[in-house]
Amino acid sequence: MAILINEENRVLVQGITGREGLTRAKLMMEYGTKVVAGVTPGKGNQTVLEVPVFDTVKEATENVAGINTSVIFVPAPLVKNAALEAIDAGIKLLVIVPDRVPMYDVLEIAHAAEQNGARFVGPNTLGLLSVGKGVLGMIGGRAETARQWFRKGHVGVTSRSGGITSSISYYLSRSGIGLSSIVHVGGDGIVGTPHPEVIKLFQDDDDTNAVVMFGEIGTTQEEQVADLIESGKFTKPLIAFIGGKAAKSGTRFSHAGAIVEGNRGTHESKVRRLREVGAHIVEHFDDIPKVTREVLDDLNLQS
Amino acid sequence: MARLHEYQGKELLKQFKVKTPRGSIACTADEAFKVTAELATPVVVKAQVWTTKRADFGGIQFAKTAEEAKTKAEKLLGLQVQDFTIDTVLVEEQIKIEREFYAGIVIDDSSKCPVLIFSSMGGSGIEEIAEAHPDKVAKVNIDIVEGLRDYQARNLIRATGISGKLQMQLAGVLVKLWQVARKYEARSAEINPLVLTANGEIMAADCRVTVDDYAVFRHPDLGIEIARELNRPPSQLDKIAYDVEKNDYRGTFYFIQMESGFKKNDGYVGFHGAGGGGSMMSMDAAHTQGFKLANFTDTSGNPAASKVYRAARIILAQKNIVAYFGSGSGVASQEQFHSARGLAKAFIEENLSIPAVIRLGGNLEDKAIDILETCTKGLPAPVEGYKKDDTAHFCAERLRHLVETFQPDSGAREKFEKPDFDKPYSFETITGKITFDHGVCAECDHHACVEACIPEILKLENNVPVLAISTEEAKTGKCIECLGCEMECVYRGKRGAYIELPIAGLDEYVGEED
Repeated sequence: MAILINEENRVLVQGITGREGLTRAKLMMEYGTKVVAGVTPGKGNQTVLEVPVFDTVKEATENVAGINTSVIFVPAPLVKNAALEAIDAGIKLLVIVPDRVPMYDVLEIAHAAEQNGARFVGPNTLGLLSVGKGVLGMIGGRAETARQWFRKGHVGVTSRSGGITSSISYYLSRSGIGLSSIVHVGGDGIVGTPHPEVIKLFQDDDDTNAVVMFGEIGTTQEEQVADLIESGKFTKPLIAFIGGKAAKSGTRFSHAGAIVEGNRGTHESKVRRLREVGAHIVEHFDDIPKVTREVLDDLNLQS
Repeated sequence: MARLHEYQGKELLKQFKVKTPRGSIACTADEAFKVTAELATPVVVKAQVWTTKRADFGGIQFAKTAEEAKTKAEKLLGLQVQDFTIDTVLVEEQIKIEREFYAGIVIDDSSKCPVLIFSSMGGSGIEEIAEAHPDKVAKVNIDIVEGLRDYQARNLIRATGISGKLQMQLAGVLVKLWQVARKYEARSAEINPLVLTANGEIMAADCRVTVDDYAVFRHPDLGIEIARELNRPPSQLDKIAYDVEKNDYRGTFYFIQMESGFKKNDGYVGFHGAGGGGSMMSMDAAHTQGFKLANFTDTSGNPAASKVYRAARIILAQKNIVAYFGSGSGVASQEQFHSARGLAKAFIEENLSIPAVIRLGGNLEDKAIDILETCTKGLPAPVEGYKKDDTAHFCAERLRHLVETFQPDSGAREKFEKPDFDKPYSFETITGKITFDHGVCAECDHHACVEACIPEILKLENNVPVLAISTEEAKTGKCIECLGCEMECVYRGKRGAYIELPIAGLDEYVGEED
């Protein structure tokens, strides 16, 4: 199994002829992801990395069978169009790598995704990877290093920071704890698949026995995860670290934000809520592998 | 987040025909006099600063006459409030308020849509009101595509117990507030208080709008200088850095100055992180070692080496920092030697005189550290590079050790001079200019520059490096500014290559500081 990416994904790369698109398409293919087509408006009718490039997503899906995933590498102002195009063409999983995508654009993408039963990860994501199965985005940077850094096993990782997704996963692997899937949910305020969504996917994944979560101050994602545990919708052990303790609790300039979020969003509230529902909070980042090992051993779970 | 002042927010509301009190801004006491004289009514003089609860520090003053308004404005203008200096006041007619309401729009991360909030009680302390009187507050999610319909606004207001004509009047304002928020891509837009006047009019007595940083580029009419949330006006160095970021889309470069005016023995370090989460962790590590941070910087998302170079130059422009600490997540997906080259070039040109510890863990970390350490050998101060198995805490400890043991040269800091070229061969890149001194290159027999060029746009002709593509192609992006040609030449060549990467305003800034 694993989540979001496995052997079944047939992947389109939007922006495949660009600097990032080309480099990352190569990484994905070398790691085993089935990249089957690319799209760059105005640059169709050529072959890049041995896959056909089309002018539009519709043209790609009509000509190449089974495309079900798109990874988007286009400049931020063009992301909305690219994503809406993919959703309109019936693609059900989008990974939106670029950062600085305007928030109202993300809201429009979210709206279209909901209407069409599609899901997107990002924006501002390093992507996601299922060990030994495939990678979407740019986690690992090179296939060879991704294979060295991430060892196969049964712990899932979900993180709000891209770099930390890799570092937690590497440090876990180095200490002998294997991974099922690792997900960078994206660094922005509004993301398509926040922690609680990833957590639900891990709940249903037979390959995953426990989850390590890297949270950060701001948004209500971690509190929502606590709600899931409380209501019995997530029953696997959760090991969590919340970054940003030293950061000044964000000066709020909007009362509206405070009214909607209430007391949520701070380091303290996230730690308190997660503790209340029995999650394992790690105080020092470097202790994540140790605590994960203890939790797995206590419950007699395989790593 | 790019915040707008009250008067700017009110201008936007006016565009959509929301009524606001008559008035105008004043930047001098005489202007305040003039505005009041023209209004010919008692006025309120309001400080335009980004703080809440302005009344608490006397930021809201009442005046009956133009003379009085002038005196009040005089008191406010130039006043220091937190880190801001008041440079503008808004002078408005006093209005007779019958009743106060609250209206706000915010983007909610859990429902992924804008939420409209209305309270039938408004004014100061709205958050407490909302908690104490939940029945007076109603919320509705706005459909991003359909927008807010008039009937939805009426139903929302109805839920707080308001009916009839007042309900209809208020609904009109809510729909307009939504239109303002949508048009200007506001992360939040609030009117507090929204008032019913004695004349039966609905007016926005105050207004706060925060525009999405990422959307600022679509709204040049707002005149936002720096699309960042700061608790003080941007510093000169902030502006220099923001210009670099704004003009270079490759990867992220974020710089904010956190402290200035400190002395050498205050123990401030220049901080250069990579990635938000890793940077936070690394800053904690520096704090644990007793360092204070002069700035926060993040270069990540696979930035061009030239961007990392500029970031380092800007960090080093901070006077009196005692060390340079570079550390991110520690296990970077990006190929780290690009950053190493950018840093090495900056350290060489600054003739680095403070110790530096750089944690370069990630892809091709061995190559990165080799480049960093080899190229910076011979500089006045030590430079150490570390890998993914070295924790941020360990690296901060190393830096502490270097700072404690480093004996700076007593001699004055030598200035880096742009090389004199014998037979220059130059071409432009996206943000700079590359020159090969063919006089020097002719003497070189391994041509590391051509081998190091990642996009392979150089070739040898008569045994010297030249472009293998047109100068136009090099300028428009075929040259990715990997700095390979220059830094490999520093590493093992004869220093025949030099890349000029100007940073607008930086030399002037450093000159003024000295």
